[in-house]
Order: sequence, then structure tokens, then C-alpha cells
Amino acid sequence: MINKMTRRAALAGVASLALLATGATSALADSWKPQKPIEMVIMAGQGGGADRLARLFQSIIQKENLASMPVLPVNKGGGSGAEALRYLKDNEADAHKIMATLNSYYTTPIRNDIGVDIEEFTPIARMALDTFVLWVNADSDIQTMEDWVAAVKASGGEWKMGGTGTGQEDSLVTAMLEKEFGIKITYVPFKGGGDVAKNLVGGHIDSTVNNPSEQMGFWQAGKSRPIAAFTPERLDVFPDVPTATELGHDIVYWMQRSFVGPKDMPAEAVAYYTEMFEKLSETAEWQQYTTDKALMADFLTGDELQAYFLEERAKHAAILADMEGDGSS
Amino acid sequence: MLVADRVIAIAIMGLSAYFMWHAVALPIGWNGMTGGPGGGAFPFWLSLIMMLSAAGILVRSLGAEPTDQKFFDGVMLRSVIVVVVALFVTIGLIPVVGAYVAIPLFIFWYIRIFGGHSWLLTACLTVGTPVFLFFFFEVTLKILLPKGITEPWFFPLYAMFF
Amino acid sequence: METLALLGEGFATSLSPLNLMIVILGVTAGLFIGAMPGLGSVNGVAIVLPLTFIVPPSSAIILLCAIYYGAMYGGAISSVLLGIPGASTAVATTFDGRPMAQQGKAGLALIAAAVASFVGGTISVVLFTLFAVPLADLALAFGPAEEFALVLLAFTTFVGLGGDDVLKTIVMICLGLVLSTVGLDLISGSPRLVFGDLPGFYAGISFLVLAIGVYGIGEILYTIETSRTAPTVTPAKITLRELGAGFRAMNRMWKTMSLGSFLGFFVGMLPAAGATPASLMAYGIARSTSKVPESFGKGNIEGVAAPETANNAASTGSLLPMLTLGIPGSPTTALLLGGMVMWGLMPGPMLFIEQPDFVWGLISSLYTANFAAVLINIALIPLFVWALRMPFTVLCALVMVLCIVGGFAPSQKMHDVWLIAGFGVAGYLLRKADYPLAPLVLALVLGPLMERSFRQTLISEQGNVLAFVERPLSGAFIAIAALFFVLPLVKYLRKGGRQSVAPAE
Repeated sequence: MINKMTRRAALAGVASLALLATGATSALADSWKPQKPIEMVIMAGQGGGADRLARLFQSIIQKENLASMPVLPVNKGGGSGAEALRYLKDNEADAHKIMATLNSYYTTPIRNDIGVDIEEFTPIARMALDTFVLWVNADSDIQTMEDWVAAVKASGGEWKMGGTGTGQEDSLVTAMLEKEFGIKITYVPFKGGGDVAKNLVGGHIDSTVNNPSEQMGFWQAGKSRPIAAFTPERLDVFPDVPTATELGHDIVYWMQRSFVGPKDMPAEAVAYYTEMFEKLSETAEWQQYTTDKALMADFLTGDELQAYFLEERAKHAAILADMEGDGSS
Repeated sequence: MLVADRVIAIAIMGLSAYFMWHAVALPIGWNGMTGGPGGGAFPFWLSLIMMLSAAGILVRSLGAEPTDQKFFDGVMLRSVIVVVVALFVTIGLIPVVGAYVAIPLFIFWYIRIFGGHSWLLTACLTVGTPVFLFFFFEVTLKILLPKGITEPWFFPLYAMFF
Repeated sequence: METLALLGEGFATSLSPLNLMIVILGVTAGLFIGAMPGLGSVNGVAIVLPLTFIVPPSSAIILLCAIYYGAMYGGAISSVLLGIPGASTAVATTFDGRPMAQQGKAGLALIAAAVASFVGGTISVVLFTLFAVPLADLALAFGPAEEFALVLLAFTTFVGLGGDDVLKTIVMICLGLVLSTVGLDLISGSPRLVFGDLPGFYAGISFLVLAIGVYGIGEILYTIETSRTAPTVTPAKITLRELGAGFRAMNRMWKTMSLGSFLGFFVGMLPAAGATPASLMAYGIARSTSKVPESFGKGNIEGVAAPETANNAASTGSLLPMLTLGIPGSPTTALLLGGMVMWGLMPGPMLFIEQPDFVWGLISSLYTANFAAVLINIALIPLFVWALRMPFTVLCALVMVLCIVGGFAPSQKMHDVWLIAGFGVAGYLLRKADYPLAPLVLALVLGPLMERSFRQTLISEQGNVLAFVERPLSGAFIAIAALFFVLPLVKYLRKGGRQSVAPAE
């Protein structure tokens, strides 16, 4: 077995040398295809929400045979994605690297000077927008947003809101809440959304702004309660949960789930990946998943996506400036 | 032995000072507002303990009796340095010429030139190791090793195995 | 009774010929992946996860469990043979496993590790079968304060590691803790100690990089230098007689192993803690309750059995919060969780009620995989031991290559490989100067958890330090930790008093 494989490898080696002599680039003719496995860089560590979603994409791509080469997820979650951003920057024009992004795509370069301008990267496709919901423990008396605000005020600044690291999405939503209601909250950062959800159910914190997917299991078991959604319209899975907007508080926040490529990625490659993700977005598995997890499957590509990124970056810069201006954290 | 002990203790003190200098970029005190120590507190105070302990080691060694024991074995130290240099050269070569050139070169050097083993054994391992690495890491585990300028040679292999 | 019936049905699935083949395949693959320094169950599971769409979910979960268990067993192999812990959970196994290999008892150590893993795995699966659902509440009761107390308890094991220079041990613990703070501070979100802003440091320094550096490269350099005076590795041989001796030795360790299993299961079950503190605590307890504590660290077979039972029990335990709460305790269980989501299963409190087929299929495949793993592992021991008989220069070259590639594989950065080489040289020098390396490596593992839980607690309690002792669970842990800390000190002082002159401090 091994012997045979070695011989095959040796033959392939000879063949590849021959190819090199004749010019291996001939394969890059009209219809571009990846020549080697595609690296899917993930801006987060193993096991987090972003990672799980990226691996779901990988599995669907493999199952539905959407790419001619395997897609290999690589986690570069260090420094809230700073590591991944730098990596993409250092691999300019590489046609075999794509990156799965989340909102740290904007916030990380704003918060820390890492020499990355996201405007240079090549937008490929936005797969979905994840939503945020305000949660409390099911044992608490809080039923509405007003109850919640009253409870926070009554606690005198000791209200514990759990979330992911400071400067990340959950802390931004918390800051928006503080500003909107003029309240003071103690923000406790945890390692990941799952950890946050568990600490809410375990009674170690008072409320969270988890994504629905992170609380879904507990909610179904009747252990946590959604209070309000930070979306323009009510979520299908929680028809009875009002949005903050309809309660008169204009707080809308999304977590984007998109793919980008490095600067100057060849146009043929961009077209290939765009088509791949477009097919992916039409698969039954993906549609099922977005329904189950209350994700907005809002597909967007090309220049429109770039415009969206830049607009979001400006918004985040404003929120962050606000947060730091307070000097509270 | 004593000299080496002192040098290492001083080096650790230097390292602690370096850590402390970097740690003060973040608050190192107890922050009443957010409740608890600031971001630089852990690295700063631990580095301080490390520095004091190293100072203790230094002071102790100053008062100790000198011994005959040598820190380095003179003859073997050469081998160690040679291996370290070879290791660093190999790592430096990997991003340039790729793991599949740098690693066989290292094995060849180590087994044939450094170890003085037979040509047959050298040949088997020099060829066998990269083949094993390719099938174990790339084909089975789908972990791509750096290829550097040898990347295009692998396109046909990818086409065959993926 | 209902449990048994459900379990029986589960067995009917997991024992079908196709599934048995999958188990054997998965265990063998996991064993080799785990034995490779730098690779562990997470790599194995990550790679087969997408493939599991092709086979039915019940077979898929069996394959995943088989790889998971195989890799857990495999971790001990590199700890014993090469002295490089392949995962943080296997650090404690090197304390006595490595000396045993150097004395030519590698085979015996591997048998001990395999049998201990089996016992730990089995006891914990039984506990899992019986108490999975009620225990979920216990996991929920664990907040940051309890986590901190638990890590503190694991830390007190260092005190017992004794024999080493106190000042040097303190230096190494501090160094490990400081290195663990490198990267982005979770609480404030600002970068710390990133050395000239090298982007590689933003991700922090991973345990594997340090362990492969100091135990892999550092150890080789040390051996090269000392090999002139004495051959360090006695050629190991494995005979049937030795196998028998191994089993008899194991027979005497029921107390250690059952303690390790319970400890491993309960500590492993806590989402943030996991197998590493469990294996350390099991080692510490085995040592402090032993009649000959001074033989630990010099090749005592109980020092291999204790951490191995605990880490295998913990790996089963960590499945519990994943299934019942949907919270993964480790990267591997996080991937398993992702797999379940892909199959349309919703882990969480409702899973046991809504998907009993899946849950009991999984549990029964844990039994099968554990059984297959111990058999295959023992069958392969001669092969692994044989590898040690290679001429030293050949072994060195190959291990160095494995260190380079294994260091690159987890995060695929050359930055890590350079760090490994650097830590290798530093580790070599420190070791020569009699600085203990284990505290350094373990402090790096436990450091982030300790700092985070400490600061989380203080933030939520508005800076009230007493919070740690006021909460019953964490208070109890801290009391035990204090006891562990004080006992050896008392012993030391009493001894010191009798010998009239204490060693120069």
C-alpha cells in the first residue's frame, strides 16, 4: 500500500517537474480553478461561534462538491483577529486564501494600530447577519425592557452584564444600552459566547446580549428568557419578543458573517469564490441553518459589499470613540 | 558552575526588568472603578517576584563555595552548538525553499555528516521522511506545510490526492 | 432500568460490523495522531468532521469518539517515549513516564498508561451513563470564583513537586505566568508584552510551543551534551513476562486509579477547567498519599497511572457539559459540538429527552472505543518501544523534524517554529542550571485561566476579595488548597529542625 503510494508520489514528482519546465501557469487560462487547497482563515479561535460557522461552510462545500480543491480552515484568532488581518495583508495577491470575518474585521484595526487597512482587501461575499438579543435568567422577574432598565437602575451600577472581550461586539451593544438609557452597567468579559450563556443560566451574571444561536439550547429548556431583539423587525423564532426599535429605543446591531480575500486577488479567483458562495447560499442545509439559528441570510457581493464594510467601519469608529470618551472602561 | 548560575540569574533579572518595563504600558494598580487589578498588574508584579527570586539566587551564589564542576562539557558543547546552528538554518530555509527541501537537507546533514551513518540509512531516511510527512500531514490531516519557491511542483500532487 | 434498555439499544448499533471497523480504524488513526508531538485529538476530529456527512450520523459519532479516545491514549506515548507532552493533559505523565523510559522500562510505563487510561475511561463512562443529567446542574454552579479556586488547588500540586530549589521553582512559576499573559488582555482588550509589536505574539504563547521547545529540542540538546559520559536511554525491551508484571503492578493501584477516575471525571466536567488540572491533582494526591513520596519523579509507576486515569476520565467528563449544556470544555469538544449542529442536533438540556437514540448511541460507542483503544494500544506497544532502539543520532534527527513540523501544524505559523527553537535553547540552559521546567510549562497552561477567573470575579463582585471565600464551593476549594500548601511546609520544617542546619537559602 505504502509502496504503491510512494511510487505514485514519485511519478507525480517527475510529472510536476516536467510541468514546471513547460510553464505551470497555463492552467490559469479562461476558467480559473484553484490549483491547491484553499485556505480559509478564521478570525477567531477554535470552537467559537465564528469558527463553527466557518466549519459548517466547509462541510457544505465539501458535501455539495462546490469547490474542486478542499477548503482547509485555519484558525488565527490571536488578538481579536489582528493575527488573521496581518496574515491576509502579508499574502497579497494570493488566489488561494480567503478569510471568514466577523465584526472584529472593523473594530480590531480601529482599536489597535496593526498596519492594516481593510479597504485594501478584496470583498467576496456576505453570507449572513447574525442578530443580538437581550437575555435574562428565566428565574428572574424581568419580563420587559422597562423591568430590565428599572432593575439595572436599582442595582446602583452593580448590574452584571456578561459578554465577550472588551471592545468586541457584546461590549459595544452594552455601551449602546448604557448610552440610550443613561444607566451604568458592570461589564464582565468572558472567553466566548457559550461561556457567557452558561454563566447567565448558572446565575453568575444578570443579563447578556448573546446571539440567539448561543442561547437557543437554554431557551428551549426554559432556562433563559429573551427580553428584546436589537433588529429592525421581530425575529421569526421569537415572534413575541419585541425589538428595541418598536419600544422606542433605536438600537440595532448586527454581526456580519462575510468572506474577503487579500489585496489584489486575481479577478478570476474572485469570480470563482463568489460563485461558490452563491451556490452555497442556495443549499438546503444553509437555509435550514439560518432559519433555526435566527440568522438573516442577506447575500451581498462585490462593490456593494465593500461599500457596506466601509459604512460599518465608520459606524464602529463612532461607537468606539463614544465608549472610550466615557472613560468608564 | 557558579559563574553560569550567576550569569543566568542576572539574565533572568534583566528579562524581568524588560517585562516590567512593557507591563507598565497598562494599568498595574488596583482599579477601584472596575473592581480588581488592571491589565498590566499580573505581568508586572509577577515579574517583580521573579526578579527578587533571581536576585536571591545571585546573592546565594556569591556566598557559596566554588566547586570543580564545570557548567559545560567542553568537547560536547561543540556538538550542541553545531546542532543548534543547523536547526536555525533549517528553520530559516523552510519559508524560502520549502519544508520538502529544508527538512531532507537537515536529515541528510544530521545522519550522514554529523552522525556518520551509512549511505543506505541516510538515503532511506532522507527520502522517506518527506514522503511520510506529505502523506501524514498533507494528505491525511490536510495540514499544508510551507513550500516556498517549490510550490508549483506540488500542483500535480494536489490534483492527484485531493 | 430504562437507562439500561436505552444503552442496550445503543450497543446494538455500535457493535455492527461496519461500526466495529470504524472504531478500529478511528482508534488506530487517533493513536498515531496523538503520539505525534504537537498534534492531538483536535486535529483528528477536525479532519474527519466534514467526512462524517457521508456516513450516517450514528457511525459518524462513533468515528469521532474513536479518534478522540485514540488520541487521548496516544498522548501518553510521546510523553513516555520522547518526554514531550503532546498535549497539556499529558504533562504530568512525563514526570514519571520519562524516567521509566530512561531506565529501560518504557514498555512497562506504556502498559501502565494504557491500563490506567482504560480504567479511567471506563469508570467515567459509567458515571456518565448514570448521572449525566443531574450533574449538569453542578457544572452550572461553577462561576469564575469557583474556577479560580480550582486552578489554585491545581497549583498547590507544585508545592508537592518538591526536591527542587525553592527560589528556582518560584522563578519558573513566575516566568510561566508572565509568558501566559502575552497577547491580548481579554478584560481590557489591549495588547500586552507583544515584543516590538510582532503580530505573532498577538495570539499569545501556546502551551505546545513551550512544551515542544523545552521538552523536545531542549531535551535533545541536553542529551547530546551529556551523551558522552553516559548513555541516557537504556534499550527497552518488551516481553510477555513484562506484560504480566505490568498487569500485576496495576492490580496494586486500584486506590490510585479509582481516585484518579473520580477526580478526573468531576474536574473534567467543569467547562473551563478540563483535563489538565485534573491530571495534576491526581498526580499530587497520589504522591502525597503514597508511602514512598520521594520515589515520585524518579520512575514510579503510580506516577504514570494517576495522571493517565484522570486525564482520560476528564476527557469523558468534558463531554457532559457539551451534551447537556451545549458548552464545550475544550477545542475538541467544541468541534464535536459543531458536528452535532451540522447533523441538525441541538445540544443542550433537551437533547437527552428529544434525541435519546443519539445520546445513548454516543455513550455506547464510548464504551466500545475505550475497549478497542486499550487493546490496540497494548498490541502496538512493541512497535513504539522498538522505535526507541534506533541509534541516538537517528532518533535525534527525526525527533527534531517532528518538533519543527509538529510545532508548525497547530496554528501554521513559522513564528511558532522560531519560538520553539528559542525556547529549546533557553530550556537547555535553564535545565543545566537546575531550574525545574515542569512548573514553567504548567504555569503557562494554568496562568490564563487563573488570571481571567480572578479578574472576572473581582469585576462582578465590585472588587470584593472576600468573594472567593464567601462562596461555599470556592471557599472549600481554597481551604483544601491551603491545606495542601501548609502540610508539606510543616513536614519540611519538622525535618529541617531535626537536621539542625537547613540548606542555605
